Amino acid sequence: MAVSFDEVEVGTALPAQSFPVTRATLVRYAGASGDFNPIHWNEKFALEVGLPDVIAHGMFTMAEAIRVVTDWTGDPGAVVEYGVRFTRPVVVPNDEAGAVVEVSGKVAKLLDGRRVQVDLLATSEGQKVLGMSRAVVQLA
Amino acid sequence: MALDPSFIGRSYPPTEPYELGREKIREFAIAVGDLNPAYLDREAAKALGHPDVIAPPTFPFVLSYQAAAQVVEDPELGLDFSRVVHGDQKFSYRRPLRAGDRLRVEITIDNIKSLAGNDVLTVRGELVEESGERVVTSVMTLVARAADEQAGE
Repeated sequence: MAVSFDEVEVGTALPAQSFPVTRATLVRYAGASGDFNPIHWNEKFALEVGLPDVIAHGMFTMAEAIRVVTDWTGDPGAVVEYGVRFTRPVVVPNDEAGAVVEVSGKVAKLLDGRRVQVDLLATSEGQKVLGMSRAVVQLA
Repeated sequence: MALDPSFIGRSYPPTEPYELGREKIREFAIAVGDLNPAYLDREAAKALGHPDVIAPPTFPFVLSYQAAAQVVEDPELGLDFSRVVHGDQKFSYRRPLRAGDRLRVEITIDNIKSLAGNDVLTVRGELVEESGERVVTSVMTLVARAADEQAGE
């Protein structure tokens, strides 16, 4: 069901979601995206360049965060603009649990043409991992 | 060594067309754990008004990142990629990418500035369908850290 512009107001919350990420997730994402930077799969390399451990691809985290919007609208094609700042890496330990990215979103502005601006909050281990994370969405 | 600001505005030749297939979209959607039917099922995509399955919103980065190698590897610019982290990413969509698109990427250096000793490079990729339709704009900010700082993403 498409979300109607008439149903939302500034402050309307989108359903929050949690996204698990393990080392296996990162290997799969590396293959699908073509980003084989070893900081995303090789612990020895990550430590050598000063990271605490292997970290998730920023673009992987960005892909998860927008799901709060696309699952809400139903049609991912409703996303007109989407931007983030990578403020802090998501550290992914080498165990079965891995890390979890928690994402919530709310309608921040009503725009012309039945569009809204959604502001997203993405955290891992209680720390914000994306900044300025916002999408412009076309509603019905 | 600071990057040369005279590179601001420099464009690179369009890339060879990338033919976006349904199975590539499926592979990417599964990799991000997103099984939205619009990515996987042609009929579901059609029911939403798309002519074929569409790609997830961050997929255009796969193409713009590949194309940005022209900047990263430009010997005249002299960027040290081992010090580069992805600072910001922004997409604007005229429509979602979809299966069957044949896309070229036109890369332009939009800005170069120095911030607290780091070089900040803004690279814009225009994803243009072979028909000439401009489909998605992908703008990435790359931060080349000053030599003694820690890595991040």
